[in-house]
Amino acid sequence: MAEAWQTFWSTYSTLILSIGVNAMLALSIYLTLSCGLLAMANAAFMGIGAYTAALLTVHLNWPFSAVLIAGGLSPALVALLIGIPTLRLSGVYLAMATLGFGEVVRVVVLNLELTGGPLGLNGIPLQTEWWQVALWLLLTLYGLARLRRSKVGRAFEAIKEDEVAARLMGIDVTAYKLLAFVLGAVIAGVAGALNAHLTFFISPGEYGFEKAVDILTMAVLGGTASPVGPVIGATLLTLLPELLRFLKDFRLAVNGLILILVVLFLPRGIWDPLRFRALWQQRRRVTA
Amino acid sequence: MFEQQLLNALTLGSVYALFALGFTLIFGVLGVINLSHGAVFMLGSYAALLLVSKVSLPLCLALLIAMLATGLLGLIIDFLVLKPLRARNAPHLIPMIATIGVAILLTSVAQGLFGAQVQRFPFGTVSEASFTWGNIHITVLQIGIVAMALALMALLLVIMRRTQLGRALRAIAEAPKAAYLLGINVEGLFLLTSFVAAALGGAAGVLIGLSFNAITPFMGQPMLLKGIAVIILGGMGDIRGALIGGLFLGLAEVMSVAYISSDFRDAISFGLLFLILLVRPSGLFGQVLERKA
Repeated sequence: MAEAWQTFWSTYSTLILSIGVNAMLALSIYLTLSCGLLAMANAAFMGIGAYTAALLTVHLNWPFSAVLIAGGLSPALVALLIGIPTLRLSGVYLAMATLGFGEVVRVVVLNLELTGGPLGLNGIPLQTEWWQVALWLLLTLYGLARLRRSKVGRAFEAIKEDEVAARLMGIDVTAYKLLAFVLGAVIAGVAGALNAHLTFFISPGEYGFEKAVDILTMAVLGGTASPVGPVIGATLLTLLPELLRFLKDFRLAVNGLILILVVLFLPRGIWDPLRFRALWQQRRRVTA
Repeated sequence: MFEQQLLNALTLGSVYALFALGFTLIFGVLGVINLSHGAVFMLGSYAALLLVSKVSLPLCLALLIAMLATGLLGLIIDFLVLKPLRARNAPHLIPMIATIGVAILLTSVAQGLFGAQVQRFPFGTVSEASFTWGNIHITVLQIGIVAMALALMALLLVIMRRTQLGRALRAIAEAPKAAYLLGINVEGLFLLTSFVAAALGGAAGVLIGLSFNAITPFMGQPMLLKGIAVIILGGMGDIRGALIGGLFLGLAEVMSVAYISSDFRDAISFGLLFLILLVRPSGLFGQVLERKA
């Protein structure tokens, strides 16, 4: 039994841990979406966190917990700086601007000597343990669950529903938007730092447009009504390519098709409490 | 030397503008960021390649058929994916994600059908003739690209500004419901817009395929990023903005390669983009529409 478990773990641990990391990334975009912001800079924030953390480990030998915290704080600082001008934009304009920012980050990392340029950073020690991923994921989930029922969470929701009405009720819309943006950056940064110490090697290509799109896809596929959805979405989209290996080159086509079908037929995502409630009430009516 | 670089910038910028034109048209009229535009562009390239190499059609005809085919593809995407979402009044995030799905699907299918390797147009597809004028060297292909991009853009601009159709499209862009109440066939014009935008994307695909002569299933995504850059620069949904943004990006890229370093090509163009975002987040010409209380 123990032996079977060991074989299983040594084969699938990377996959399982990347589910955890991806769940954190999906939660980071869930946070900004819950404030009505369609910001797509999370892949870039993940990259900033990953590079900061990896450089601190490789060059300065910082202890791992300090590295993780620095990995969360460095993108937060960047988010604070770029958030002030860009969060004036709304809707798709913000999405475009943040995608543009993501590309700037990728290209800068690609051309810096410190970050190893296109070759990336090699030989990052494997310091991420499974419990660290679990701990940070649970911490994020707990934080987000508490946030939803707090004054801040309700302010986010008010802004998401109607920005003008929220402002008229005395909510400092700009400050709360910035807060959501910065907190999202922290989560993405920690996820990046965890991931960097999991994969031995990082390169700028991992944090580009495709990753940004992936992260958004996970959140939307799972559903953004509660923190449960993004975790489900991340799990599914991480496992799917493994399950579809037999399709070879057409493997990604299934990914695309599933995405289209979910958007068309389950517009609120897979995890949709409203739909569950409706189904439950329907069943009760039938049995009664 | 400088004049030659200017000419190269004009050629590259024209193609960027042509690509961004379809992108910005969809955004302006349908209000959708169509992230499948890059994949449509890539398929335009392949369509022309197949027509020229397998059916040995002349290039002009191949270009025309490739535009029709990609336009039709745009129509199908609109009908199957965007139209149901419109009917449901989905928030703008949703159609964008659906088009991500379309892009993944199309890219993967192209990879499955054509393979991942780089393919080229057969030698002699375009006349190798060129003209030398002072110290400027210009090929037939360059003349064709610039002429075609400018002509299509001018045509579109005239249609949008001067005709009844253009007025209807602008009314839809302003307020689809009001346009519908005025008796404008909103659904039909949405489909028409999708067709035209995809055809323009396909044309850009053929032209890029010809000038760089390296066609792969993955050529769409870098172009999509440039398209995003162009329409941020020029202001989203603005036709003149797409032209100026495209030329500006072409100029920035060519000049940074010529006078600084080819490593920094993207860094400089996207750095400029970012600066503009910080100062004028709505782009050089766009206006941010904000609902005031």
